Amino acid sequence: MMHASIDLILAQGMLGLNNGVFYAMLSLGLAIIFGLLNVINFAHGALYMVGAFVALICYSYLGAWLGLAGFHIDFWAALIVVPLVVGCFGIVIERTLLRWLYRFDPIYSLLLTFGIALVLQGLFSNFFNMSGTPYPGQPAALRGIVDLGFMIFPKYRLFVIVFSIVVCAGTWLFVERTRLGSYLRAAAENPDLVKAFGVNVPRMVTLTFAFGTALAGLAGVLAAPIYSVSPVVVIGGMGSIMGAIVSGLALGLIEGVTKVVYAPASNTVIFVLMAIVLLVRPSGLFGRAGE
Amino acid sequence: MTPSSDAQAAAKPSMLSLRDLNAYYGESHVLLGIELDLHDGEVATLLGRNGAGRSTTLKAVLGLVDRRSGSVKIRGQETIDMPAHRIAPLGKLGYCPEERGIFAALTTEENLLLPPVLAEGGMSLDDIYEMFPNLLELRRSMGTRLSGGEQQMLAMARILRTGARLLLLDEITEGLAPVIVKRLGRVIRQLKERGFTILLVEQNFHFAATLADRHYVVEHGKVIDQIEAGSLEQNRDRLNRYLSV
Repeated sequence: MMHASIDLILAQGMLGLNNGVFYAMLSLGLAIIFGLLNVINFAHGALYMVGAFVALICYSYLGAWLGLAGFHIDFWAALIVVPLVVGCFGIVIERTLLRWLYRFDPIYSLLLTFGIALVLQGLFSNFFNMSGTPYPGQPAALRGIVDLGFMIFPKYRLFVIVFSIVVCAGTWLFVERTRLGSYLRAAAENPDLVKAFGVNVPRMVTLTFAFGTALAGLAGVLAAPIYSVSPVVVIGGMGSIMGAIVSGLALGLIEGVTKVVYAPASNTVIFVLMAIVLLVRPSGLFGRAGE
Repeated sequence: MTPSSDAQAAAKPSMLSLRDLNAYYGESHVLLGIELDLHDGEVATLLGRNGAGRSTTLKAVLGLVDRRSGSVKIRGQETIDMPAHRIAPLGKLGYCPEERGIFAALTTEENLLLPPVLAEGGMSLDDIYEMFPNLLELRRSMGTRLSGGEQQMLAMARILRTGARLLLLDEITEGLAPVIVKRLGRVIRQLKERGFTILLVEQNFHFAATLADRHYVVEHGKVIDQIEAGSLEQNRDRLNRYLSV
């Protein structure tokens, strides 16, 4: 254990960061949705999977389905198309199903989204072989490796880290620094008053849900393997944007580094941390007191 | 009750007219047929005991109750079936809620800039900072770091920026020091001189008496009496009876 060198820890940290950015993007979407809608979106992980499948369909199947041999939507286009598709799907879910449950106990929307998750999983495992179909569309520009000095790192993974951090930072800036973002923060606090000022809050709710699900779809495009959604949101604090990003990254890092120091614990360390956070600060690390 | 508004009031255009307004929260029936008239440039108060339905009347005008029926005409337009977010732009209506409604997650300036502009002629940020110099110093502070008085000034200032001409103000003097109440009185008087139409919910009758053209007394979700400012003295006993706990 003690001969784990600095380089090895750094390297493991990079791999952890790679997981961390996925956690961060997923929990960011969850946190934004929870912040405004008070809905714990249990379908988030399923939408992440749907994102990955839509990317695969766009690349491998769409041409054949449309009868256009050789037609496909490549990875770069999928980075835009897939979030749009998944976001539109989010709009349909919010408009037709979720909308009717806001006046009831949050347990109803939780059950609904859990049901949606099961349906989506069932559908996709019915039509696709869940043992895994590789996504063949990784762009040539991102193949190969880069030398980071302390380790050799796959180019694609480096791209994912940088790209995700840019997306998360952009979202944070949007929510915290723009006028539209201030509507979002205000409506999370007191939707009635924001309505009384003449802002179309129901439309904002729909678009927010769509944006959160689009983030899940985007993470799906970036990920070939499917991670289960871990309890990151609780650690960051429900509805806290920065908390979701930071704790997502931190969890990936901690999980990665634990693999070097004491490998068997790497799967449980997240849950131990979550338990500690819930015991010490029930509203989460970044949660506001009294919420 | 037919409003006994005199000839000169009737000549002015109607800003707000409530007929048989009923409102519900869930199963509970809170307003049982409110009737009220407000003409351009008038200031009226809703007086009554706690729980009589005065705040709910304002919320029902804004569409913020679970269910409402009857008639709410703003500037002559029926709004009873409109969603809440369309009412303020249509009526050029500004609302200051009970407890002030300052957003904790927003800075002072973000709070100020939050309500969308509804019409031309609103105050500019510079005008506002001149009228409320405290807010300029505090513009980067989070909304809830402000004192009660400062929050109240902010809640007023942010609706003056929107160009709203019809103001619904809910208990704006509640819990504030006498010196702040005095200042708010000056602000309301200035607004009245500039032709704003204002509906006040007030607990502080002393504050309301000097400002309003008319007082509506609300009890059990109904307007049970109305007293014109000119006849306040003759009716003081009647009023005390209504308001005594």
